[in-house]
Amino acid sequence: MRALDIQDVGITLGHTRVLDDISLYVGQGEFVSILGPSGAGKSTIFRILTGALHQDRGTITCNGRPLDQDTRNFAFMPQRDALLPWRRIMDNLTLGLEVQGMAREQARALVLPLLADFGLNGFDQHYPAQLSGGMRQRAALLRTIVQARPVQLLDEPFGALDALTRTQMQTWFEERWLTKCWTTLLVTHDVREAVALSDRIYVLSARPASVIAEVAVPMARPRLKRPTCREAHTLEAHLLDILLNQTGD
Amino acid sequence: MMHRFLPRPPGGGLARSLPAVLSVVGAFVIWEAYVHLSGISALILPAPSRVLNQMAMNRAILWDNTIPTVKATLAGFSLSLTVAFVLSIVLDFMPRMRRALFPIFVVSQTLPLVAIAPLVVLWFGFDLMPKVLLVALVTFFPMLVALVDGYAATDPEIEGLLYSMGASRRTVFRTARLPSAMPYFFAGLRISITYAVVAAIFAEYVGARSGLGIVILNAKNSFRPDLVLAAVVIISTLTLALFAITALLKRVVLRWRYHGDGQ
Repeated sequence: MRALDIQDVGITLGHTRVLDDISLYVGQGEFVSILGPSGAGKSTIFRILTGALHQDRGTITCNGRPLDQDTRNFAFMPQRDALLPWRRIMDNLTLGLEVQGMAREQARALVLPLLADFGLNGFDQHYPAQLSGGMRQRAALLRTIVQARPVQLLDEPFGALDALTRTQMQTWFEERWLTKCWTTLLVTHDVREAVALSDRIYVLSARPASVIAEVAVPMARPRLKRPTCREAHTLEAHLLDILLNQTGD
Repeated sequence: MMHRFLPRPPGGGLARSLPAVLSVVGAFVIWEAYVHLSGISALILPAPSRVLNQMAMNRAILWDNTIPTVKATLAGFSLSLTVAFVLSIVLDFMPRMRRALFPIFVVSQTLPLVAIAPLVVLWFGFDLMPKVLLVALVTFFPMLVALVDGYAATDPEIEGLLYSMGASRRTVFRTARLPSAMPYFFAGLRISITYAVVAAIFAEYVGARSGLGIVILNAKNSFRPDLVLAAVVIISTLTLALFAITALLKRVVLRWRYHGDGQ
């Protein structure tokens, strides 16, 4: 069964048709990326999934069940880390669980064993401003993962980082992903990132967005720990070509 | 990175406040010297030493009249703080109320204190009540505006995140909007608190049985500028004390701002 299935979804915001006709799916334990030019409406898809917007047409199902207000199926990680600056890291990490109504102590007990793996050991009593960009991003990711939702939605999670930190984070993330296989939908405009992390990639056109290509990424993992293979280069070039020539951007 | 606390400038508090202390002391020295050298009458311009002397001599009267002023200030300020907080929350949850009520609040700030204070005294008498109301009227607007603006300044990404977690509007208010507004609130509080004592004094000046405003009025009418200035010293000290309390409170509430290098 598909973890997430989006069928013919379209939305018009004001007088702008943002999404034309989006159909895509994410399998159980699969890593899928949505690649598109900036302003294409990638984030709009996430806003629909998280309930901030409602589509004009089309259906969305999660594990075979239609989306509704009560069942929260997604853990969302926004573009910037969106850590609450007035909460210590620990209280940021438990935020999602607390909102769900879990007692603070219980939420902490869930988070505590994961700190080391996310490189946050000893920083749980710090404020976000005291952490480096990479650490903040790892904290935001842990806050997302710990909610244990069926699908993780990552909105350009490494976009705000400098190039070096971004590569480190991507490598680190792939390592984690390989052992945990979180079902993930990633939105990005970074072709390399999409190729390095995904099982499949959907390419969106410029606004109004529709899916113009679906590409499987067959390379063996881990991909980021070794030099980029020729296959990956070819795929990157192919995707870049689609983005530059067919999206009209 | 990862400092536990903000690095302090070398020399600590004393070295930093030394220029301010020197300039204030210097001003008083010049004033004192001028009075003695020019031989100007104490009925026109009393020397600082004379003012201090009068303060000591009249300390019982001054103290008795400081109490009602402090009472009016604190009661008025507590009232306006409560009203500002409650109203800000109401306005945040009901945008339509904001459109309806905000013009009234703005207009309330255009009323000249000189004209409105005698009327409030006329309506509510010579007791504590009119002073409390005037202090509240003068101080509540900066705090209300600061809170309302502060709520609006919440990072939309944080709100989006909370809604994606399934948070209710109330939870979003409590976990994101209210803490976001705190830096703004303290900016407003700092403005308000300086108005508070002045408003209380003015309300007394217009009509009261006791208070520092009355001390000033009586001293002025009996040509005692030294006593007027003695009252002024107390008023300034009061305002500075309130100011210091808000600064202290700010450090406690906004302690996350005073950690690390994320300024």
